[in-house]
Amino acid sequence: MTARVGVVTFPGSLDDGDAARAVRIAGAEPVRLWHGDPDLHGVDAVVLPGGFSYGDYLRCGAIARFAPVMETLVDAARGGLPVLGICNGFQILCEAHLLPGALTRNQHLHFRNRDQALRVESAGTAWTNAFQPGQEILIPVKNGEGCYVADTATLDQLEAEGRVVARYVGGNPNGSLRDIAAITNSAGNVVGIMPHPEHAVEALTGPSLDGLGFFTSVLKHLVGTPA
Amino acid sequence: MPRVVVDVMLKPEILDPQGQAVANALPRLGVSDVASVRIGRRIEIDFTGEPDLDRAREIADKLLANPVIEDFTVRLVETDETADARS
Repeated sequence: MTARVGVVTFPGSLDDGDAARAVRIAGAEPVRLWHGDPDLHGVDAVVLPGGFSYGDYLRCGAIARFAPVMETLVDAARGGLPVLGICNGFQILCEAHLLPGALTRNQHLHFRNRDQALRVESAGTAWTNAFQPGQEILIPVKNGEGCYVADTATLDQLEAEGRVVARYVGGNPNGSLRDIAAITNSAGNVVGIMPHPEHAVEALTGPSLDGLGFFTSVLKHLVGTPA
Repeated sequence: MPRVVVDVMLKPEILDPQGQAVANALPRLGVSDVASVRIGRRIEIDFTGEPDLDRAREIADKLLANPVIEDFTVRLVETDETADARS
């Protein structure tokens, strides 16, 4: 059976199309989900894509958190449904308290758009099990508010529990504390990442195919998960 | 009818690059005696009936501010006072 991976579209989402394409290239069936519909349509995993949901009004992700689809998704994620939040999706996961900390304005105030090297620190999550711990990958980063912040106790806890999923290497593009690019919840099913794996799945358009690993990981994870 | 005003500020320990950029621009205005600038957000709320401060605090805590990075204060002001503040 082909895994069905939902991709949510909010008003202002930009990368939902690319995320759905990445899901398809990885070998799963993408299912488009709508912010106003609380029904997850029986999907096996969900991607919250990048973009500017609700125009980034108030704070990035602050209003998306209260979308009807999020009410269902938060419960499902707490129940173990794999959820990957990319860029704006990461911001939404933090606002929804599925992940700790917050994403703030890039320290230098510039929008950063470039290919970015990352080191995968944790291959134990639903979205990174196709990587080797310590593996370096190259995927695009593009954000204006990607500076990850949390208090020292939270950062120490993330490190101690192996929940820093990826770090920036070769230069921190936004001032994120401890070079954090991606984190996970304690169960490892919810991952938030600021750079964009969905833009690195094809040689024609991406700097590498490294992004594909996030999507093949969840398929591997689902095969190992009893239905 | 009094109006509820919510002021949202980044916590002191959170870097405010926007405030820094403004502070760095001040010398161009000939202002050299400003040590720092921090930027927040003021939100004015009008209730349909009597203003409800507890309700406003709930709104601020759940939506207007992100308690991870921001502090907020809630207060009542007379509506003509807010009009004065704008003039």
